[in-house]
Amino acid sequence: MKVLVLGEHDGERLAKATRHAVAAARRLEAGPVEVLIAGGGGSGAVAEEAAGLEGVARVLHAEDACYEGGLAENLALLLARCMRDGGYGHLVAAASTFGKNVLPRVAALLGVGMVSEVQAIEGPDRFVRPIYAGNVLERVRMLDEVKVLTVRATAFDAVASGGEAAPVERIEGAGDAGLSRHVGLERSESERPELTAARVVVSGGRGLGSKENFERLIFGLADRLGAAVGASRAAVDAGFVPNDCQVGQTGKVVAPELYVAVGISGAIQHLAGMKDSKVIVAINKDEEAPIFEVADYGLVADLNEAVPELIEALGKE
Amino acid sequence: GMKVLVAVKRVVDYNVRVRVKADGSGVETSNVKMSMNPFDEIAVEEAVRWKEAGLATEVVVVSVGVRAAQEQLRQALALGADRGVLVEAGEVLEPLEVARVLAVLVEREGPRVVILGKQAIDDDANQTGQMLAGLLGWGQGTFASKVVFEGDEVEVVREVDGGLETVRLKLPAVITTDLRLNEPRYASLPNIMKAKRKPLEVVGLEELGVEVVRHREVEGVFEPPRRKGGVKVGSVAELVARLRDEAKVI
Repeated sequence: MKVLVLGEHDGERLAKATRHAVAAARRLEAGPVEVLIAGGGGSGAVAEEAAGLEGVARVLHAEDACYEGGLAENLALLLARCMRDGGYGHLVAAASTFGKNVLPRVAALLGVGMVSEVQAIEGPDRFVRPIYAGNVLERVRMLDEVKVLTVRATAFDAVASGGEAAPVERIEGAGDAGLSRHVGLERSESERPELTAARVVVSGGRGLGSKENFERLIFGLADRLGAAVGASRAAVDAGFVPNDCQVGQTGKVVAPELYVAVGISGAIQHLAGMKDSKVIVAINKDEEAPIFEVADYGLVADLNEAVPELIEALGKE
Repeated sequence: GMKVLVAVKRVVDYNVRVRVKADGSGVETSNVKMSMNPFDEIAVEEAVRWKEAGLATEVVVVSVGVRAAQEQLRQALALGADRGVLVEAGEVLEPLEVARVLAVLVEREGPRVVILGKQAIDDDANQTGQMLAGLLGWGQGTFASKVVFEGDEVEVVREVDGGLETVRLKLPAVITTDLRLNEPRYASLPNIMKAKRKPLEVVGLEELGVEVVRHREVEGVFEPPRRKGGVKVGSVAELVARLRDEAKVI
């Protein structure tokens, strides 16, 4: 049996998340790994990019306007057909909002169960995944013949672009389901590294007090460290930053080399999104804050004094 | 008029620090505070707002699970839902099985919209709404932060990784809620009293003609490795020195 990975892209570039999904697919050791790229006109370049990934045996490319915007209703029809007719035992995607939207629908069309947010693969049918906001891990064996899974990008190292490109095969689309239309995407613009891929993340919480203070201190520190900017849910709700900056159970899960939490108390919800970081630094004036229980280095201090001092000290490094 | 079906789940309260059972077979749920899943409260709130705005004529709240889930249905009735249906199952069902049960109820009730939370905070699966939409052949507006009805369509703003995406769906459709869709209200005492007299039907799986299938076997649950306790540093200078010389991350 073969493994099919659903490729994620914006019409021009392959998402980095797909490189992690391919790594997980290889880890299954269940057969050759193939990638499906479905998109509108111009998505051929994305298919070529996927074909260059290490460990990819073949790329299927379906080009049709109905795949622009990545609508689940249309993609699920195509994926279900591929899975039924293509000799695949596994369907894999990254546990991004895209993967989470599409894969359960495919599983339902196939009449099989699904496993979400896999963080370890112990065999072709045995997986470990977090439950209860990452406070507990469960080991599950999937019983259906076809296994559908989303994987946590941070748990599998991204595959590189390899040597020889795999063949790209054009396939027919499965048609427009006629249920939905993509109206538009309002992108949160950022010059900084992508949150889930960054080596360093600087996150701010409610303790920053205002949007102006958040931008001055957190953006300032992030720029000094070449870091991505994250936030707690409280900071997002207070309007300091857009919600796609949110780190946590209901936001993004990150595992950078260095995570700096500023003015974040460390609610379970937030810890679920960052506790796998290699080194955690917490700056908080409340020495009882739960964030200090997971922090490798904690500084009990007023962030309005400590952060400018830190920015200055790093400038001298 | 538009009938709305809301699905709610009884889960361990989000403030509870869960404990793994000694034998590793699951998580301790006896003598633990149970509540309505937070994302489902948002779904109930949204449906009640549609009713208050004259968009919905009836809000039917549904739960699939143990008998005690009637508490969560009563809570939804106190928040403004009109009627409850509990599909009693002896065990917690997997998302696909819950979706199959909901699909049968949809056939029976004929709603124009089904709204659910985007995920339950116990299994963190984030599957049921998408699976239900797939089984019904309906459009899906997942991770919704804004919902606007326009004639035979609904426009849904979705919280996606890169920002906010807007989709237009034909009705009927399935919608799943994200945190920022609304802020759920609290039930007032008079409404809690009134909710006790609202209809709450209990049906069995066999009455609905659903036979439960298993797709997964949980081999065990365990606690994630604990992080080693760290150190508190005395100054910014010490922090920088340790990050540079000890942790070697700057």
